[in-house]
Amino acid sequence: MIQDMRAVLRRQRYLLEYSLAALARRPGKHLLLLSVYALIVFLLSSTLLFTQAMRQESARVLAESPELIVQRLVAGRHDLIPAHYLASLTRIRGVSDGHGRLWGYFYDPAVRANYTLMVPRLDPPPAGEIHLGAGVARTRGLGLGDYLSLRSARGEPFAPRVTGVLDGRTELVSSDLILMHPDDFRHFFALPPEHFTDLVLEVRNPREVRKVAEKIIQALPDTRPILREEILRTYDAVFGWRQGMVFLVLSGALLAFAILAWDRAAGLSAEERREIGILKAIGWETREVIAMKLWEGAALSLMAFLIGYLLAYLHVFHLSATLFAPVLKGWAVLYPSFTPTPFIDGLQVATLFFFTVFPYMVAILIPIWRVAITDPDQVMR
Amino acid sequence: MSTPRASSDQPPHPARQHSAWRWSGPFLGLLMLALLLFAATLIQATVATDAATPLLRQRAGLVAELGLTDLALFTEARYTRHPSQADLHSAFQDHPMALDRFPTGSLVPVPAGLTE
Repeated sequence: MIQDMRAVLRRQRYLLEYSLAALARRPGKHLLLLSVYALIVFLLSSTLLFTQAMRQESARVLAESPELIVQRLVAGRHDLIPAHYLASLTRIRGVSDGHGRLWGYFYDPAVRANYTLMVPRLDPPPAGEIHLGAGVARTRGLGLGDYLSLRSARGEPFAPRVTGVLDGRTELVSSDLILMHPDDFRHFFALPPEHFTDLVLEVRNPREVRKVAEKIIQALPDTRPILREEILRTYDAVFGWRQGMVFLVLSGALLAFAILAWDRAAGLSAEERREIGILKAIGWETREVIAMKLWEGAALSLMAFLIGYLLAYLHVFHLSATLFAPVLKGWAVLYPSFTPTPFIDGLQVATLFFFTVFPYMVAILIPIWRVAITDPDQVMR
Repeated sequence: MSTPRASSDQPPHPARQHSAWRWSGPFLGLLMLALLLFAATLIQATVATDAATPLLRQRAGLVAELGLTDLALFTEARYTRHPSQADLHSAFQDHPMALDRFPTGSLVPVPAGLTE
C-alpha cells in the first residue's frame, strides 16, 4: 500500500519535473505571464483586503455612534434645529433622553483644509482653549500651548490656545477635529441662541428605533431622522462602491489578461501539438498528458496567486495601502495616518483563489484533452 | 527525456541520475515557502486583529464620547466628510466642478451656465 502510494507520488513528481522543464524552455515568455498574472492578483487582492478591512473597522468603530440623530431640513437642505424641538421629541413614547449637538465646518485658507469644529457634550475645553485632532496639529504644525489663529463668521480674529491634542491612534475618526467650548463655538459661527446643529435621541428599546423615527416624521415633518444602522449601511455602501469602482477600472486589464491567458492556455501551438503527439507515440497515456499539462497550469497559476496575494497583504497591512492613498485622499489636505487592521474574510480569499486559478485550469484542460485523445500520427502530421 | 513510466523498483536511467529533480526540488521548496507565508498571513491577521481590540475600543470610545458619526477619511467636502449626515442627493453642492460620489457625477456634465 505504502509502496503504491510512493510510486504514485514519484510518478506525479516526474510529471511535475517534466512540466517545469517545459516551462523553463521558454523562460522569458512564462516569466512575463507569471508577472502579469501575479500583478492582476495583487491588484484584486489589495482592493479586496483593503475594502474588507475598512468595512470591518468602520462597522466596529461606528457601532458606538448616536442611535438616532434628528436633522432639520429647510428647502431640502440641512439647517439649524431650534432647541424647543428637543422637548417635542423627548415626549415621543420610547425616547428616553436627548441632547443637542453643536458641530460645523471651517475652511482654513492658510492650509486649504476643511476642519470639523465640534463641542463635546461632556467635559468640553474651557472658553478660549481648544483640543486638536492629530491631523490638524500636524498640518498646522501646532503643539500644546500654541495658538491657532482663525477668522470668525463676523470677520473677527479668533485665536484660542491649544491645550490638548487627541491621541494619534484615533486619527481615523478624529484627524480633522477641533473641540471647543459651546460659547466659543456659538460666537465663532455667529449662531443664533437656542439652536443646535442637530439633535441626538436615545431610544429605550433598540428594536423600537424605526417606529420612533416614523413618529418623529409625523410629529415634526420638517425633520429627517438618521438611524445608526443607516450610518453603518452608508459605510458599507461607500466601501462597496469604491471597491466596485476599482474593479471597473481594472476590468480592462482583467479582460486583456483573460484573453492573454486564454490564448496561452487554450490555443496550443503546432510545437506543443507535436510534443503531445511524440509523448503519446512513445507510450504516454492520455491521462498522463493531461496531468502533465495540468501540473504546468497549476504551477503557474498557484505561484501567481500566492505571489500576488502575499504582495497585496504586505502592501495593505504593512505599507498602509500606499498605492490607494492618492485615490482615497482625493483633494483632501487632512488625511489620517493609519494602517488598517487586518480583518481577513476567508471566504473572500477563497473566492479570489477560485476566480483567478480555476478559469486558467479549465482553459488548459479542454484543448489538451482534445489533442490528447487524437491519434498521435494525426497530431504529428 | 523522463517519462512517467518510471517505477520504484527500477533504477533511474543513468542520464537522469544527475539531473533528477532539477526543477521540481526548488519549485516545491518555493511553493512550500509561499504556502507557509500564506498561512502566516492568516495567523498574523488573527493575532493582529485580537491585538487591535483595545485600539478599536479606544476609537469606538471616542466615537461614543463625542457622538461622532463618520470616519475622517475624506475631508475635502461636507458631503464626503460626513456622508451619513449629508443632504440627500447633494451633487455639485459645494462647487460646480465638484465630483461627487454618485455614479451620475461622472456622467452628467456641469450645467453650461455655471462654467461660462
